[in-house]
Amino acid sequence: MAKRAAPEVNAGSMADIAFLLLIFFLVTTTIEVDSGINRKLPPMEESEEDVIIKQKNIFTVLLNGKDQLLVEDEIMELKDLRAAAKEFLDNGGDGSCDYCKGKRSPGSSDNPDKAIISLKNERETSYKTYIAVQNELVAAYNELRDARAQALYGKPFTEMQANYKDVNWPGNKEKLKEKIDQIKIDYPQKLSEVQ
Amino acid sequence: MSKFKKKKGGEIPAVNTAALPDIVFMLLFFFMVATVMRQNTLKIENNLPFADQVEKLDKKDLVMYIYAGKPSQNYKQFGTEARIQLNDDFASVKDIASFIAQERASKREELIPFLTTALKVDSDANMGLIGDIKQELRKVNALKINYTTKKGSVFGRD
Repeated sequence: MAKRAAPEVNAGSMADIAFLLLIFFLVTTTIEVDSGINRKLPPMEESEEDVIIKQKNIFTVLLNGKDQLLVEDEIMELKDLRAAAKEFLDNGGDGSCDYCKGKRSPGSSDNPDKAIISLKNERETSYKTYIAVQNELVAAYNELRDARAQALYGKPFTEMQANYKDVNWPGNKEKLKEKIDQIKIDYPQKLSEVQ
Repeated sequence: MSKFKKKKGGEIPAVNTAALPDIVFMLLFFFMVATVMRQNTLKIENNLPFADQVEKLDKKDLVMYIYAGKPSQNYKQFGTEARIQLNDDFASVKDIASFIAQERASKREELIPFLTTALKVDSDANMGLIGDIKQELRKVNALKINYTTKKGSVFGRD
């Protein structure tokens, strides 16, 4: 008897299976970009000269071990922190800051350049609350800078920064950098942490 | 005569698709190999806190990661207190200096000033540990840090 050749396996649908797998991996793969709050630590310096800062130019934020907030010696809810910080920074007590929209009360900060926010936490403070407070303080700065940039250049500050980082942005980057720096001079971020 | 029989029909022969699976498999393997799911195997719980004033942390090669949080389910024998994890293993605060030095040595010299330390800390960790890490980072002059967070409102989910 003649040997019968084994029938060939139909491999036509192999491509479909492979495609299916390929598409599954393509869809489920997420290339994550981390994001977070950038900070700069103060350098270690042994010879510390005592700089005299007026008490009214310091905005003290205290976070205790039970995650309670004490702002300028008053208990405060987290949701009010942003407004309080903005009010303090934008006060413009000595009149040298012509763009400040604050109350110009003599009891609060002189101008945004002198205003310092001091954040102190205890060892038992939870990280979550700490980040929330940091976030609110950064938000206060960002909102003031946004308003300033809107008044000067008709664009919010955060958008300018995003443009600056965007490789495909068509405009003049050097000019944009100048503008960004100007805003940063107008509202410098002075956030100090007490160890 | 059969020798000169006309070829049947004038149809165009079907394209041979036998090599198609090979091509697709090649693509598949490429994506499977090139996909990095996670750099480190975490031995700790790492539930990042939420924040909305965030900046993107691009240039991944210039980032050093320090993880912290309490040991996860499988590593309960290490206690319930928040611990630091560097690379793939638990570490203590003292190890940070050598870790930074090691990371710096592996980078090109001109890139060293741009290195950022990303702190990926569990939201339930306490600030004492973070304070210690920050102090250690200041000692080795690694001053650029980033508190890695998830994007979301700080008031929202607890």
